[in-house]
Amino acid sequence: MANKLITCTINGKKKEYFVDVRSSLMEMLRGSAGLDSVKHGCDVGECGACTVLIDGLPYNSCIYLAIWAEGKTILTLEGLSDVKGAISDIQQAFIDEGAVQCGFCTPGFIMSSIPIITSEHPYGREEIRKQIAGNLCRCTGYVKIVDAIEKTQKKRIRERQES
Amino acid sequence: MQIIGSAMHRVDARDKVTGHAKYTEDLIGPHTLVAKVLHSTIANGMVTAFDLEEAWSVPGVVDIVTCFDVPDIQFPTAGHPWSTDKKHQDIADRKLLNTRVRCYGDDIAAVIAENEIAAANALRKIKVQYEEHAPILTVEEAMKSTAMPIHEERPDNIVVHSSYEIGSFEEASKEPGLIRVEGTYETPIVQHCHIEIANSFAYMEAGKIVVVSSTQIPHIVRRICSQALGVGFGDIRIIKPYIGGGFGNKQDALTEPLNAYLTTRVGGRPVKLAYTREETFACTRVRHAMEFHIVSYIRPDGTFAARSIDAYSNQGAYASHAHALVANAVNGFRMMYPVGAIKGNAYTVYTNLPTAGAMRAYGIPQIGFAMEAHVDDIVSRTGFDPIGFRKRNMMKLGYVDPITTITCHSTGLEECIEKGSRHIGFAEKRMRYAAQTGPLRRGVGMAIFCYKTGVYPISLETSACRMILNQDGSAQLQVGATEIGQGADTVFTMMAAETAGFTPDKIHLISTQDTDVTPYDTGAYASRQTYVSGMAVKKTAESLKTKILAYAGKMLHKDPWDLDIKENQVVHRNQEKSLIPVAEVALEACYSLTDSNHIAAEETHHCSDNTYAFGVCFAEIEVDIPMCTIKVLDILNVHDSGRIINRQTAEGQVHGGMSMGLGYGLTEFLKFDPKTGRMLNDNLLDYKLMTAMDTPELHAAFVEPEDPTGPFGNKALGEPPIIPVAPALRNALLNATGVAVGSIPLNPEKLFFEFSKAGLIR
Ligand code: FES
Ligand code: FES
Repeated sequence: MANKLITCTINGKKKEYFVDVRSSLMEMLRGSAGLDSVKHGCDVGECGACTVLIDGLPYNSCIYLAIWAEGKTILTLEGLSDVKGAISDIQQAFIDEGAVQCGFCTPGFIMSSIPIITSEHPYGREEIRKQIAGNLCRCTGYVKIVDAIEKTQKKRIRERQES
Repeated sequence: MQIIGSAMHRVDARDKVTGHAKYTEDLIGPHTLVAKVLHSTIANGMVTAFDLEEAWSVPGVVDIVTCFDVPDIQFPTAGHPWSTDKKHQDIADRKLLNTRVRCYGDDIAAVIAENEIAAANALRKIKVQYEEHAPILTVEEAMKSTAMPIHEERPDNIVVHSSYEIGSFEEASKEPGLIRVEGTYETPIVQHCHIEIANSFAYMEAGKIVVVSSTQIPHIVRRICSQALGVGFGDIRIIKPYIGGGFGNKQDALTEPLNAYLTTRVGGRPVKLAYTREETFACTRVRHAMEFHIVSYIRPDGTFAARSIDAYSNQGAYASHAHALVANAVNGFRMMYPVGAIKGNAYTVYTNLPTAGAMRAYGIPQIGFAMEAHVDDIVSRTGFDPIGFRKRNMMKLGYVDPITTITCHSTGLEECIEKGSRHIGFAEKRMRYAAQTGPLRRGVGMAIFCYKTGVYPISLETSACRMILNQDGSAQLQVGATEIGQGADTVFTMMAAETAGFTPDKIHLISTQDTDVTPYDTGAYASRQTYVSGMAVKKTAESLKTKILAYAGKMLHKDPWDLDIKENQVVHRNQEKSLIPVAEVALEACYSLTDSNHIAAEETHHCSDNTYAFGVCFAEIEVDIPMCTIKVLDILNVHDSGRIINRQTAEGQVHGGMSMGLGYGLTEFLKFDPKTGRMLNDNLLDYKLMTAMDTPELHAAFVEPEDPTGPFGNKALGEPPIIPVAPALRNALLNATGVAVGSIPLNPEKLFFEFSKAGLIR
């Protein structure tokens, strides 16, 4: 089967990969790009563990073909920490609120929360629950995950108002 | 003590929010071969022949192994400590690949190929001939005298039958004036649904077989692999990195034994065997479906005079944990309300369904549903107060179970009930909701439980720990007990720091278990880690501290008995002022030209005690009768797990268990095609586990009586939160509608049937 050259931006850097045209973006990110935060929980778009942002929107990368990523801007969890390793407020909030247990769903949840915490719209808890309903977690019962997202978005709105 | 009881953040949280945490699949090297298993497409019969010609012709195929090629060894898979007593050994009833097919999806062949696509293509091209028999899917069918034996060693399909009697049920039930209440209760087959699928990779190094696996029980898996392959324990090495949830499914050998064998077929080259989500559903383990028939005789004063229970557990194709679960269930029946004469009868029965194994709370969610539903059936028929009735009959401090001798060393159950009932306004609402009409009705319900913390005296409880002092005064902490998401690594770090007098940042916990170097522990199961392994950590930290102080004593020319360690400083006992930092002692101990001493400690804790944790769930629901739906308005679990080691992780455990309990009560069940035995909803879309939208706000509270037997006054917490949720919801439904449903899940399909039967809808 044919391979194809894909050019895209991953975590702020221009990247080129030869990919099997049948492979998923998840396979490209985990395999060629070595971005292991992209977790493999089902391969068929059910669990959300493989969620990444493509041009700012969350997608299940396991059901997104690698070749569709041509020219796209992709953000994975690795892209949230800065080069020195300092982590972002949403990552810190997941630690502080105790939103992490086995951690396998965590990268996907954090990526799904980015559009919420960067939005101007103040999401209520029910709205947050709806936004993250495509990510499954079997460990936490979601309460502390919602806490972490709610707290971060409130903090960001406050910061924006102050500046 | 300031560390124990604090809300310290998880020690692994940073790795997990940055993506640095490595799970099994993240560790697989680039040139690893890919193995896939061929699963049977019949549920009952024999493989008679394979045609492999086309499969071999697929480019990239390296090897094909069938059930006719594997070692002729039957082995057990349950994650129990091995018993040296033959009578108590786990049932060895499967081979690496099976010729005798016992469930739809049984492992019958495997392909090893250079890549995923070649492996998948070759798998599709294998042709199989079967001798096929009708599948036996229910306990009732399997127990018929005419039923075909699923295993020749058990011609009647009964894996084990056990019974007990405390007092005489016959006699006690003859007492005049008793009220008789009888009920049948059923629980469904459900699945763990850990988000990381079942997977492993295996290779050979230094003449040994190494398996890296997502397992809760590395040391036990090593033993099982050695049995399955017929090699020595020492010939196998299991490595367990971070794991993405287990909930009991990974308390079984899953992909490891076959994978260990497959690497030997290809000269020790690395082979990966990762199940798909669908295989994880259908071909690993599930929770036992159980059916209970309960008869109770109650005195007019609201005490039990006599009770009996008959329990039937659907084991599926292979024994796995087998009878241990239903035995636990009928024992739980006795322990929760140890009043009057009690008789129990339990059967575990082979069928052609997927193999049932361990799952969070090991048989107790099943009996918890049956028993607590039954108690509400009693109170709704007799008019007793549900709380008063439970309090009168439930286990009290000092209770000694007559069969297992497990003793109630501490209980805060009464306080749990009071706290929960206040929160929900139970008595007032229960009255108010009792006689509603109209399409929307509200109800409140409750359920209590007791739960054994460890497995003593049924099984061995042993755990070891090692600490090694570094030259900078920090220490490695190595435990055989596994972190599986429950937070074990965090509480071990807290326990070691507290005991040794270190700050937690000076404890470097090694999260990965490697059976070649990690001290022995049976693993993550029961709710034993803080209780059993925690004591091993405490003993080891004490021993390390003693050794540090002995060396410090020499340096300071003081009697070590007068010394102590506080916040990484050696101090005079009961004083704060630093005499010398531990770091200085450690540096000297390592590099001293006259007295070099590499300070380390290793201790084993052989636990020969057990203790009960308790708790209660209160729920308030709204039932939409025409729509046949239940909305949870408020739900609270109150736990007595003894002293809470870490409030934040403890709450997390309670929330997670409650969420799983909500799924168990409301939506989750596995469905099978009655003709073929094939699982019909083997995926996360059709199998309804709770999403963030389905889960209401969850409330967790604790009462904390200090348990005298726990290392820090603590008792079980990991599993219990799931137990009382489903029966509390069911009892709330009874309060709301007067309809007593005898099974779960309470999904619209079931409610439609039940409401129609009760005449609530037409
Ligand atoms: S792995 Fe992509 S949604 Fe599950
Ligand atoms: S933390 Fe384990 S699945 Fe979410």
